[in-house]
Amino acid sequence: MRLEPIANPSALRTLAPPALAISATVIVASLLAMAAGANPFAVLGEILKGAAGSQFALLETLNRATPLIFTGLAVAVAFRAKLWNIGAEAQLYAGALVTVVLGTGALGWPSAALIPTLIIASLLAGALLLLVPALLKVRLGVDEVVTTLLLNFIFLLFVSMLLEGPLKDPMGMGWPKSPRLIEEARLPRIIEGLRLHWGFGIALIAAVLVWVIQARTTLGYEMRAVGLSRDAARFAGIPVGLVLIKTALLSGGLAALAGFSEVAGLKGALTLDLSPGFGYTGIIVAMLALLNPLGVIAAALFVAGIFVGADSMSRALDVPTYLADIMLAKALLLMVLAILLTRFRVVRE
Amino acid sequence: MPEQTEAQVVLRLDQITKTFGALTANNAVSLALHKGEVIALLGENGAGKTTLMNILFGQYTADSGTVEVFGKPLPPGNPRAALEAGVGMVHQHFTLAENMTVLENVALGTQGLGAWRFDARAARARILALSSDFKLAVDPDARVGTLTVGERQRVEILKALYREARILILDEPTAVLTPQETDDLFETLRKAVALGLSIIFISHKLHEVMAISNRVVILRHGKVVHEGPIGETDKRDLAARMVGSEVSAPKVEPGTPGPAMLSLKAVSTPDRGAAPGLKALDLDLFAGQITGLAGVSGNGQAALADLIGGMQGPSAGALHLKGIAPQGWSPRTAVHAGIARIPEDRHKTGTIADFDLTENAILERYTDAPFSYKGWMYWRAAQDFARSVIERYDVRCPGPGTRIRLLSGGNMQKLILGRVLEGAPEIILANQPVRGLDIGAVNYVHSQLLAARDRGAAVLLISEDLDEIMALSDVIHVISEGRLSPPFARGTMSPTELGVWMAGQGFEEMAHAS
Repeated sequence: MRLEPIANPSALRTLAPPALAISATVIVASLLAMAAGANPFAVLGEILKGAAGSQFALLETLNRATPLIFTGLAVAVAFRAKLWNIGAEAQLYAGALVTVVLGTGALGWPSAALIPTLIIASLLAGALLLLVPALLKVRLGVDEVVTTLLLNFIFLLFVSMLLEGPLKDPMGMGWPKSPRLIEEARLPRIIEGLRLHWGFGIALIAAVLVWVIQARTTLGYEMRAVGLSRDAARFAGIPVGLVLIKTALLSGGLAALAGFSEVAGLKGALTLDLSPGFGYTGIIVAMLALLNPLGVIAAALFVAGIFVGADSMSRALDVPTYLADIMLAKALLLMVLAILLTRFRVVRE
Repeated sequence: MPEQTEAQVVLRLDQITKTFGALTANNAVSLALHKGEVIALLGENGAGKTTLMNILFGQYTADSGTVEVFGKPLPPGNPRAALEAGVGMVHQHFTLAENMTVLENVALGTQGLGAWRFDARAARARILALSSDFKLAVDPDARVGTLTVGERQRVEILKALYREARILILDEPTAVLTPQETDDLFETLRKAVALGLSIIFISHKLHEVMAISNRVVILRHGKVVHEGPIGETDKRDLAARMVGSEVSAPKVEPGTPGPAMLSLKAVSTPDRGAAPGLKALDLDLFAGQITGLAGVSGNGQAALADLIGGMQGPSAGALHLKGIAPQGWSPRTAVHAGIARIPEDRHKTGTIADFDLTENAILERYTDAPFSYKGWMYWRAAQDFARSVIERYDVRCPGPGTRIRLLSGGNMQKLILGRVLEGAPEIILANQPVRGLDIGAVNYVHSQLLAARDRGAAVLLISEDLDEIMALSDVIHVISEGRLSPPFARGTMSPTELGVWMAGQGFEEMAHAS
């Protein structure tokens, strides 16, 4: 069997593979559920119910999707310019860190002033953290995959050190945990009485803004040009290095907002388990979305739904939650295959 | 083929049809190649030559029709089968690993999975034997990255011969070669034919087709429109059959020179690896004149093009535009100073393959009004611009939203021409503007350059095709190892005399005289 490129894929060919990818994911999950000794229909039903079966479930999914939208956007923006930012996890913690440094009483301002300040400070922190690898790449040609990936571990250990030392909550019974944010630093709920904070709203706004930047501004045009052909971009006079730096600032800032929104909207304090790998899952989200910023919203909801649904399914049926990880890994692999199939046709010998 | 029935048919394509969506790339194409024969496959871009060869070589599967090699049918869609049957292809774009040696490149993939030791000595002996048999001079231990284009092509041919190819397919092999390298290639091909190999030679250059082939097959719109011995035809006839109507090269009247638009005064640039930089070079480009730059590939043409195109500033000396030294020097300042840049490699540097025509049309000017204002793109203006370029420069495409990768080389070049000529530039840097284009597109590009010259633009034409330089240029300079010859007026030098300068002689006497 071989692959043959398709010049102009039809609409059916573009839409069918992703649909098939999701169906195949469901089938594989069913088989695994059977292997775990459960009825596959019950498992899928419970996942669906757990993800969207009630108001509570739905809000839980939206809350879980919020950091994934931010990290998904961060990755989508960077990958579009072929800047391989694998460090969204560290940038997320950078955002969370400045949020607790400034939001636990250091600035005693009212919400209207404090929250925008925290947002800007988080953006800057994430941007600065990715600026270092970006500069190393542009100036010295150091591979950003390595630097951003390794920075994740370095930065997490740095946060851990702070939580054991200067940032440790004196009232925390000895746990490595920061003090709680002051009330003015907390993100309010979107609708009073519903457990959904404004982080979700900010994430939606961010997705639209990123889309506008990519489609309607010269910077977006430059980022796409640099991503598709550095040689042609350089020849045309696009300042390739500068564009990569700007991309890094935007990407790092977006990832940091995930940390801000988790601390200020949900947790209220910084702990080392703030992110169960949101930065890495952002890569899956961005790939599932084909790097489209609006697609990131849908992909983040899908991924969050599976996680939340699997949690409640596990409680109800005693099937391990690892099923969620397998489903996501499957979905990603099948999606990559699906993308291949929209561009190539399989030819049999 | 009644005239050749006595020779063995080594390759037979029978009724090959291949469609891509609505496009029929090959329509019932049949062809028979005999032992010791060179067939020239002619056709404009998009006529279906490359598709046909890809089917033969197993890159594509035909919708219908069969391929037979040495009387045995070839399983479709399997490159390995074609290789094993003795078909070797030398692609237009080389498929070599630059960081490996010639020896490693040639031997790569020839060993079975079971073999766990590589017999380098035997491989080297075979390569040396092949290179002397076929006159393919190349050092087996040289890294491919350090080789010239001509040498790389020899490695590609060696690769095919090493795999015991009895049938060679060469896809526009001379498009990247200098006249001298082309002569060397032809000598190799004649050796190969004398040793019983058969060759399919794909080219646009009619005098080469006349020089090397026994028979010619012409494709147009995917169909064979002519087939016959080369002796029964001539260049005019071939050209007419290829495009389906009479073609004529633009008539060239001498230009009337105006003031110097761009002057280089004792300009030097650093060497880049094996490619020499410029060595204290003086050059004036005059309005209303085409200045031709002749030279063997890799003698500083790239450095000069980069300098004038704004990719690199001079490390010594000065660049003046109409007598004034520009502030800073970048691609953007060059474009805004009215320099139209037609780059050497339209695929890699001239366009972005996955951008559509609109996005490619504004690539150099997206920061300017009306395409953007204060960082916001005005796509409607960009699309209008692309539409006007498409219309005025006859770019054949479904529309401005088409990705440029789907266009033929000629249409891609027309878009680049339109992009740079729409601003009525005063200086035109045309670097290999017709490389790999078919006759119709070549004539079109040349007539556009002549029209721009007559409008008063100063044109610098860089080409490795001496015929092109001599036909178009009002003044010719030869470049050799980064040094520039004195200007020679139109018609004062023969190709042989220019060849002497191209080989690097004459520069010493020039240095002595000064």
